[in-house]
Amino acid sequence: MNPLAIQTQSISVELGLRQVLSNVSINIQSAKWTNIVGPNGAGKSTLLKAMAGLIPIKGEVFYPTIKALSPTLKDKARHISWLGQNQMGADDLSVYDVAMLGRIPHRGWLGSAGEEDRSAVESALKVTQSWDWRDRFLKDLSGGERQRALLARALAVKADILLMDEPLSNLDPPHQVDWLEIVKSLIGQGKTVVSVLHEISMALRSDELIVMNCGQIKHQGSCAAPQTHQAVERVFENKIQISRINEQWISLPRMISDI
Amino acid sequence: MQKSLKAPAQALLLLGIALTTMTIGVAIGSSGFDNLLNALNDPVALKIIMDIRLPRTLGAWLAGALLGLSGALAQGLFRNPLADPYLLGSASGASLGVACLLVTLGVSANSSSWIFKLSLSGAAFLGAILAVSLTLILSRGVQHTLRLLLAGIIVGVVLGALTSLTIMLDPHIIQTMQSFLLGTTSFIDWDSVSLMGLVWIICTALTWTFSRALDALSLGESTANSLGLNLPPVRAGLIALLALATGTAVSQTGLIAFVGLASPHLVRSIIKVTHNWLLLLSSLMGGVLLLIADLAAKWLIAPQELPVGPITAVLGGLYLLRLMLSLNMNQEGL
Repeated sequence: MNPLAIQTQSISVELGLRQVLSNVSINIQSAKWTNIVGPNGAGKSTLLKAMAGLIPIKGEVFYPTIKALSPTLKDKARHISWLGQNQMGADDLSVYDVAMLGRIPHRGWLGSAGEEDRSAVESALKVTQSWDWRDRFLKDLSGGERQRALLARALAVKADILLMDEPLSNLDPPHQVDWLEIVKSLIGQGKTVVSVLHEISMALRSDELIVMNCGQIKHQGSCAAPQTHQAVERVFENKIQISRINEQWISLPRMISDI
Repeated sequence: MQKSLKAPAQALLLLGIALTTMTIGVAIGSSGFDNLLNALNDPVALKIIMDIRLPRTLGAWLAGALLGLSGALAQGLFRNPLADPYLLGSASGASLGVACLLVTLGVSANSSSWIFKLSLSGAAFLGAILAVSLTLILSRGVQHTLRLLLAGIIVGVVLGALTSLTIMLDPHIIQTMQSFLLGTTSFIDWDSVSLMGLVWIICTALTWTFSRALDALSLGESTANSLGLNLPPVRAGLIALLALATGTAVSQTGLIAFVGLASPHLVRSIIKVTHNWLLLLSSLMGGVLLLIADLAAKWLIAPQELPVGPITAVLGGLYLLRLMLSLNMNQEGL
């Protein structure tokens, strides 16, 4: 078993009067790709935000791989990269400028971009195949292109842990496959990836699944384990069926008329 | 490389336009267009230029520059291209401050003593700062942008109503209040120029240090936070600068509409840049806009003079109308 990258202890989150997360305790292994799945309103994005330290919570989140005794915001930002869902705004920034924002944690308040920053940005833009249109503005991009530019921003941080909320939204199938390749490559480099995906077949490609419903963890386990598949089918009211086709786990819709 | 040169070129162009407009502004007076070279040999004409026209022209540029800077700052802070520098209640606070001073002192509307002018500026500035403070208290700090916006609207409406009530209680102040509410550059003297110049330098330098934070904020607060930015102090700093720049401009020229709103829009329609350039270019654009409006105020019905506020309001209104129509056309085209 790999060392832990993130550990949550009894975290709860309330949004208004609604309890969105209740006593969630999970362990995320480093150098693994973990996916959080569950129906709408299950608390997946909230859990991811809580792991990133972006919302107030009850309970504790630990990052055992951060060496600093009392990590500052910048220490955390260098260590954990965040990609939110459907991020709007920054329309007047170029793709290059957006990717360069990922270097903020590595630069001083007024420091200019150094060779290391430029190299990280170039590599992130090339990996996401955005380098050729780096001078275009975000407002002129399609949804998929925008998503790739934002992914480049998250990659440019060069963090050890990447938290991504619905990173496949707006991506066409070839670019979804490219994203999968990027994640596999990151894991190969020893990075930890945690993502929230609605595409269950894609989520089943990860190392581990966290299955959520009603703000609670219903199951955490290997993507290949039958118990995990049963837990996923259960939280989706058995309206999906996980089957093995061509050596891959695939989620298929199960209609009442099929039963 | 091409892009990195575009922004400085735009800045130089705006400075050039400002210098040209200033020269014309200094040459135009109630008697029409004067040859500036002739004025060098005429002590009276020279005194008029040095004591009245030059500070007024420079002051108009500085007030516009402060409003343009505030506009870009407000739009970046609130992540809303329709945000206005007066959004946190500073304008209505300044109006109430002036109204209260006039009622309390019973100062004559025609008074031109420096104590009167200083008191007027002080009351407007104090009113603006108190209104922004009230907004911050109501929004319980700077953590929530939406709460800040709503609190600003509430403060604006309530203080605006109080100003109207104050004017109703003492109708003698109507004339002075009117010139304040309409916005005017005709009271600007060298003291005003010095004050606005100092505040402009401070605010421009300090907002520049926040430009990267504003870029990060444009992708949302979660992203900015995840990049290691400590948002509460960043917001507090930006709001302090917004209040200082807006409060200073309003205290010297009254309420001048649309310059703060339109300047960043105009810059964005010409060039797309990160906030370090957007803030400076919006400021320079604001200066140019107010200079042109001031020129029009002096020239349109010469030898009479119009207050500059209605001119910026009409120009800004037309610009927003054009923006709205182009948006409709784009949506229909989709």
